[in-house]
Amino acid sequence: MPNARLTSTYWTGFRHGAPFLLVIAPFGILFGVVGTEAGLNLAEVMGFSILVIAGAAQFTAVQLMADNAPTFVVLATSLAVNLRMAMYSASITPHLGAAPRWQRAIMAYFLVDQSYAVAHARYEAHPEMSLAERVVYFFGVITPVCPMWYLMTLAGALAGQEIPPEYAIDFAVPITFLALVAPALRTLAHVAAAAVSVTLALLLAFLPYSSGVLIAGAAAMVVGAWVEKRTGART
Amino acid sequence: MTQGALEIWGIILALGVGTFLIRYSFLGLIGERKLPDWVLRHLRYTPVAVLPALVAPLVVWPEATGGSFDLPRVAAAAATLGAGYLSRNVLVAIAAGAGTLYGLLFLIG
Repeated sequence: MPNARLTSTYWTGFRHGAPFLLVIAPFGILFGVVGTEAGLNLAEVMGFSILVIAGAAQFTAVQLMADNAPTFVVLATSLAVNLRMAMYSASITPHLGAAPRWQRAIMAYFLVDQSYAVAHARYEAHPEMSLAERVVYFFGVITPVCPMWYLMTLAGALAGQEIPPEYAIDFAVPITFLALVAPALRTLAHVAAAAVSVTLALLLAFLPYSSGVLIAGAAAMVVGAWVEKRTGART
Repeated sequence: MTQGALEIWGIILALGVGTFLIRYSFLGLIGERKLPDWVLRHLRYTPVAVLPALVAPLVVWPEATGGSFDLPRVAAAAATLGAGYLSRNVLVAIAAGAGTLYGLLFLIG
């Protein structure tokens, strides 16, 4: 009964993706609120969540757009935030690379932090999974995650204009970004990269259009990689 | 925000296509070939390299206070970072940061 087996694999994936609702729901609402407060209309806010589907990069773009940064800086900085996904793509390819091209394209669209982390761990722990099972599992994981991202963004965008300034919603983005960064500070290399990033961003804040962020980010990546090589520490 | 509708949609589309291509890069185009180590080594640090650079000015010179130092916001940032580092949990970090921010805003305004 291969179909029954695939169905159960799908639901296993679904169960493993479900806990992320706790992160996705508030983050999605927040993007809807922040986007609306920054001056985007409903269609534009939803355009971001559906076409880009990458929380941190979406917040980055909206933040820089609100600062009236030039389009080039908005795109370069936001895409830099997403560069980590090239690493996801590379590391999941041995497990999914044999799937048909159209399936790989759909999975690439849904290759977000959560689906990558859960699916990659599962494939490593269960090398006996067939290709069909891996694909079905991947779709199981994203089923509770990605549609909820769209829905919660919509909820936030609809609520957005009604949130008064004394709720200090301006600081939701820094808190969310710091909450993403802090658990990632696993090694000396990560800490060094973050320290260089903060220092240069503050020193270069005088540069126009937030372009100091790009320089700080690039320098911090180099420093992180350099420290990793020196210390031999990984992940 | 001074961008017009056309510019905003241009950014959304370019960011959508660019993000998709980043995700599709190896899975779709490179197949099962391995990335060089030095490339992986740099990619590993993109989140901790880019996000702090974005946040630092917002914490030190918040726009909501006209760019002057603001104790609730700096304390909230520190609480988020500390709780996130110790708990390794995004939700715990957000709760600690939001709790600190609203607690201090309530106390000292």
